[in-house]
Amino acid sequence: MADVAIPRAKPQMIEANAWTQLKHNRNWLGFWFMVPAMAFLIFFLAYPLGLGIWLSFTDTRIGRVGQFVGTENYEWLWDDSIFWLSVFNTLLYTFVASAIKFAIGLYLALLLNENMPFKAMLRAMVLIPFIVPTVLSALAFWWIFDSQFSIISWSLKHLGLINQNINFLGDTTWARICVIFANIWRGVPFVAITLLAGLQTVSPSLYEAATLDGATRWQNFRFITYPLLTPIIAVVMTFSVLFTFTDFQLIWAMTRGGPVNATHLMATLSYQRAIIAGQLGEGAAISSAMIPFLLAAIMVSWFGLQRRKWQQGENND
Amino acid sequence: MSSVQIRDVRKSFGNFEVLHGVTVPIEDGQFVVLVGPSGCGKSTLLRMLAGLENITSGTISIGDRVVNNVQPKERDIAMVFQNYALYPHMTVADNMGFSLKLRNAGSDEINKRVKRAAEILALSPLLDRYPRQLSGGQRQRVAMGRAIVRDPQVFLFDEPLSNLDAKLRVAMRTEIKELHQRLKTTTVYVTHDQIEAMTMADKIVVMHDGIVEQMGTPLELYDKPDNQFVAGFIGSPAMNFLKGHVRVNGVATFEGPNGVKLPLKTAPGASDGLPAVYGVRPEHFTIADDGAEAEIVVVEPTGSETQVFAKIGGEQVVAVFRERHQFNPGDKIRLKPDPSLVHLFDEATGKRLNA
Repeated sequence: MADVAIPRAKPQMIEANAWTQLKHNRNWLGFWFMVPAMAFLIFFLAYPLGLGIWLSFTDTRIGRVGQFVGTENYEWLWDDSIFWLSVFNTLLYTFVASAIKFAIGLYLALLLNENMPFKAMLRAMVLIPFIVPTVLSALAFWWIFDSQFSIISWSLKHLGLINQNINFLGDTTWARICVIFANIWRGVPFVAITLLAGLQTVSPSLYEAATLDGATRWQNFRFITYPLLTPIIAVVMTFSVLFTFTDFQLIWAMTRGGPVNATHLMATLSYQRAIIAGQLGEGAAISSAMIPFLLAAIMVSWFGLQRRKWQQGENND
Repeated sequence: MSSVQIRDVRKSFGNFEVLHGVTVPIEDGQFVVLVGPSGCGKSTLLRMLAGLENITSGTISIGDRVVNNVQPKERDIAMVFQNYALYPHMTVADNMGFSLKLRNAGSDEINKRVKRAAEILALSPLLDRYPRQLSGGQRQRVAMGRAIVRDPQVFLFDEPLSNLDAKLRVAMRTEIKELHQRLKTTTVYVTHDQIEAMTMADKIVVMHDGIVEQMGTPLELYDKPDNQFVAGFIGSPAMNFLKGHVRVNGVATFEGPNGVKLPLKTAPGASDGLPAVYGVRPEHFTIADDGAEAEIVVVEPTGSETQVFAKIGGEQVVAVFRERHQFNPGDKIRLKPDPSLVHLFDEATGKRLNA
C-alpha cells in the first residue's frame, strides 16, 4: 500500500507580542476585576482620610486655602482644656455605654435563646431601637428629658417623689447620664441580636453532654457558652466600641455638647470647631486625634481576641 | 454497675404519643441494643433513661432507685452522643476530665483517671490535642473516654458509629464490645443498624412505632422471629417473604404466588387454605431437583458467597450460596427451602404461626 502523503498543516508559530501576552495573563485580568472595588475604597475612604490628616497640619478655614503649619494645631489642642474634657467625655461615654450594652445585650441574647412563647415576635421587638432613625430617637429622648415637659419629671411629681422638674439636660451629671442612656438604648439590639446568632451556633448536644457531666446552669454558661462565644463577643464589642467612640448624631441632636461642654465628645467638638466656627484645620486635628484611640481598640481585639488555638488546626470532617 | 428496669414507659409530645408502654428489663452488666427504624422511639427512650427527656408515665429505675424525678447528673450514667458532643475549646484531656472537675475532684485524681482511660483507649499521645485536630475515629474514642473516666453505673450510646465510614465502623464495633467485656458496665446502645445489634448485643430489643416488637439474644431473634417485622428487620440480605395459602392434603404444603408449591414441615394448627406469609432466609435455599422453579435475574458474587436474585412464581427472592455456582441471568434453576427452617406468619397480623 502506497503511503499517502497527507499534507500536514504547519503549526503557525506566531511570535506573541507583549500586548497579546498581556491579554492572556490571568493576573492582568484579575487586576481589572479589582479596579472598581479599589477605586471605591480610594475615593471614598483613603482620600478623605488622607485629606483630613493633611488638613490637620494646615490652618485652613472655610473659604480660605490654608498654609502648612506643621503640628501647630496639635500644640494648641495640647493646651486646650475643652479638648481634654472632650477626650475624657468620649472615654467615659464609650466605656460606660459599651460595658452596659454588653451586659444587657448578653442577658437579652441568653433570654431570647430560651424556648418561650412568642419567641419570634420578641426577637423582632428587640430590633426596634435599631431600626428607628437615630435623629428621630434622639428627638424623642430630647422630649423625654426636656426640662419643662419631661414625662419622667411629670410622673415622679404625680407620684409625689419630687417637687420640681429635674433639669435632665441642663445639669452636667444628669446630661451625661441621659446621653449614655440613649446610646445604650440604641446600641443594645445590635449586641443582643449578634450574640444571639452566636449562641445559636452552639450545638445543643454540648449542653446535654455538660448536663450529664454534672454541670449546673451557671457552669454550662461559664464552661461552655462563654468560651464558645468569645470570638463573636470580640467582633461585636470591637464594632460597638468603634461606633460609640465616634458617635455624633445622638449627642448633637440631644445636647449639642452642652451643658458647659459636659457632653462634648471628640466628634461633636470637631464638628463645632470645623464647621460651626469655620476652623477646618483645628477641627481636622481633633478628628485625627481620635485615630490612635481607635487603632488601640482594634489592636486589643486583634491581638487579644484573634482566632483561639482550639479553632485552628486541621479539620478532618 | 447496676441493673436497669424500664416499666410501661410512655412518652407524649403534646397529644402525640411516641412510646406506647415500653417494658425492658436490663440485667447488671448486660449489653442491650435498642434497634429499629428511624422514628421508632429508641433514641427518645435512651434520652429518657439519661434524664434529657421527661417521662410521661411509667417508671425507669437504675439499681433499686426510681429515677423519674432524679436530675441527669445524679443518675450516675454516661452517654456517648451521635455527634460525639466534644467540647471544641477543650483539649482531649480536659474533655475527659470535665465531669471530674465539676465534681471537684483533685487534679491528681483527675490526671490519674484520665491517664488510665487514655491508656485503655490508646489516646495517650493525643491528650493535648483539640477535637478539631482529631480524626473521626479518634473523636469517637475521646467521647468514650469521657464516659469511662467517670466509672458510671450505666453507659448509654446513641448511634455512636453512624458518623464513621464503613471500615472504621466495623473496627470501632469490635472495640466497643471489647471495652464492655473488659469493664462489664451495664450498657444500653441505640442503633438503626441491625448488624451492629447482632454483633454487639447480649440482648436485642427490636422497636417499631413506639412499641417493643421482640427482645431476646441475637440468635433467638434470628432463628425465631415473633413476627414478620422482626423477621424482615434482622438479617442481611433480608428474609424473603412469599404470600399464599397453607394447604393440608395429607402433606402440609404452602401454595405460593401463581400456584408454586413450597414445602412445610408441619402445618400449624390452622385450617386448609389459611392465607399466610411464607418466610425463608436467603441462606436456607438449596438447589434440588424437587425445588421450585426459579429464573435467575441477577448474580452478585461477593467473594465469600454469591447472592442470586431469582423469580419464583413471578416474585423476586434472594438466595445466598457459599458454593461458586456458574449461573447466568435467564438460567432456570430449582430452589428448595429447608422446610425445618421455614417461617410462617399470619398474613393479617404478621404474627408467627409455626412453632
